[in-house]
Amino acid sequence: MQTGSVDPLIFGITVLVLACFVGYYVVWRVTPALHSPLMSVTNAISSVIIVGALIAAGPSETNFAQIMGFFAVVLASINIFGGFIVTQRMLSMFKKKR
Amino acid sequence: MTDNISAILYLISSIFFILALRGLSSPDSARQGNLFGILGMTIAVGTTLALPTVLSYEVILAGIVIGGGIGTFIARKIEMTALPQLVAGFHSLVGLAACFVAAAAFFRPEAYGIGTFLDINTGSLIEMSIGLAIGAITFTGSIIAFGKLQGLITGAPLTFTGQHLLNALLGITLVALVAWMTIEQSESIFWGIFLLSLIIGILIIVPIGGADMPVVISMLNSYSGWAACGIGFTLGNSLLIVTGALVGSSGAILSYIMCKGMNRSFFSVILGGFGGDSEISGATTSGDKAIKSGSAEDAAFIMKNASSVIIVPGYGMAVAQAQHALREMGELLKADGVDVRYAIHPVAGRMPGHMNVLLAEANVPYEQVLELDEINRDFAQADVAFVIGANDVTNPAAKTDPSSPIYGMPILDVENAKTVLFIKRSMASGYAGVDNELFFRDNTMMLFSDAKSMCDEIVQALN
Repeated sequence: MQTGSVDPLIFGITVLVLACFVGYYVVWRVTPALHSPLMSVTNAISSVIIVGALIAAGPSETNFAQIMGFFAVVLASINIFGGFIVTQRMLSMFKKKR
Repeated sequence: MTDNISAILYLISSIFFILALRGLSSPDSARQGNLFGILGMTIAVGTTLALPTVLSYEVILAGIVIGGGIGTFIARKIEMTALPQLVAGFHSLVGLAACFVAAAAFFRPEAYGIGTFLDINTGSLIEMSIGLAIGAITFTGSIIAFGKLQGLITGAPLTFTGQHLLNALLGITLVALVAWMTIEQSESIFWGIFLLSLIIGILIIVPIGGADMPVVISMLNSYSGWAACGIGFTLGNSLLIVTGALVGSSGAILSYIMCKGMNRSFFSVILGGFGGDSEISGATTSGDKAIKSGSAEDAAFIMKNASSVIIVPGYGMAVAQAQHALREMGELLKADGVDVRYAIHPVAGRMPGHMNVLLAEANVPYEQVLELDEINRDFAQADVAFVIGANDVTNPAAKTDPSSPIYGMPILDVENAKTVLFIKRSMASGYAGVDNELFFRDNTMMLFSDAKSMCDEIVQALN
C-alpha cells in the first residue's frame, strides 16, 4: 500500500481516533479540583480554529470570505486571550499552606 | 515555508496542547501547563501567518488586537462566581467563529484548496456542513445556557407537548439538507443549514433545568471541540482535528462525571424537564416534625470544642459571597487546634470544579479541600459537619428512599457526624424540590440565617 493512495478523509479519521484516545487518558488524569481551569483552557485551545480564520482573512483583496475571516479572527482572539488569562487567574489562586 | 515544515510546526503545537491538559493533573504543574498552551497557540498562529497565501497582516493584526483586548478585559474583570456564565459565553464565540470559517470556506473554497465556488469536493462539503451545523448549535445553545446562568432567562425547564418530536423532525431535516447539499450546491441550502442549526441549538437547551447546568456547560464544551474538529477536516488540518478531539473528549468526560454525580443518565438530562425552579413534590412533607435550631454562639461553642470539623459548601455559599467569612472561621478554628477540612460534591457548583476555585480564591489551601471519594468515610469520625449553602447533596433520602427524585445520587454522608450544623435561610426545599430529612434528625442543629452573616457572627463569637 502506498501512502499516496490513502484518501485524506481516512488520514483525518486516523488522526481523530488516535487524538480521542490521547484526550481520554489525559483528561481522566486531571484532578477534579482543577475541572474549572480544564474547561477554560480547553475553551482557549479550541479557538485554534483561528488557523482557519487567518487563512480566510489572508488574501489581500476584500470580499465576503475575507470579511467572514476577519470576524472569526476577532471572536477566536477574544477566546484565546480570555481563556488563557482567566485560566492563569484561577491557577494562581491554588496555593499550598503558607 | 513549505507545507511539510508548517505541518511539523502544527504537530509541535498539538503536542504543547496535550501537555497543557496533562499539566492539570496537579495544581503544582498546572501553571506550567497553561504556559505550554499559550506557546502552542503562538506557534499555531505564527505558522499560519507565515503561509504564502496569508498577506493582509494589517487586517489580521487589527482583528487580533480588537479581540485580544476584549478578551483580556473580560477575563481580568470577571468575578469568580460568574465563571460558568463566562465559559458559556466563550463557548458561543467558538461556535460562531466556526460558522464564519465555514462560510468563508463555502464562498471562497480556493483559499483552502477544496474546489471552486459551488463546485466543492463532496467530502469537504459534508465536513464543512457538519462543522457549520455543530458550530451554529454550539453558538445558540451556549447563549441560552449563558442566559439561564446569568438569570436573564428563567432557570426553569421549558417544555411543551411534541417537543421531542419537533426536535427529531428538525434533526432529520438537517441531515436531509446536508445530503441535498452534496447533490446540488447552493447558497440557500448553506444558509438553510445555518438557520436550522441555530434553531436546534435553542431548542435543545431550553428544556434543561438550572440544576443540570453543570452537564449542559460540559456538553457545550464538548460541542465546541467537535466544531473545531469538523472545520479541521474541511481544511485537512491535523492540528485542528487533534485539538478538537482533545476538547471534545474533555467535555464528554466532564459531562459523564457530572451525570454520575447526580445519578442521572446523559439522555435524561438532554431530554430535560428536571430541576430549576419548578416544584417536584417530595416524598415527605415537613408537617409538624420537630426541628432544633440554634444561634451563632451555639455553633461557635460546639465547633470550638470539637476535634474535627468538616465543612460542606454548596452553591448557596457562593451566592451569599460567604467564602471569605467561611475561610476566616476555618482559620480561627484551626488556630484553636481543630482539624478543619472541606468536602466538595462533584456537582456542588454551577460548573465542574467551581467550588474549588471559589475556595481557592478565598485563600483556602487546596490540601484542605477534598473530593467526595476522599473524605466521605471520615464523616463517621468527625465531630461536626458544617453544611453551608448545600442541601440536596447531603440528603440521606438519596440512599434510603427509592421514591425520591434524587434516589441513587451519591451524597456526602454528613448525617454520620456527631453533630450536623446546617445553615439555611428558611425551610424551603433545595434545587431538586425535595425535602431534606436531615433537618429533623436529633443530631442536626439548624442555623437559620443568610450564609454570610451567620459566618460573620460565628467568627465574632469565636473571637
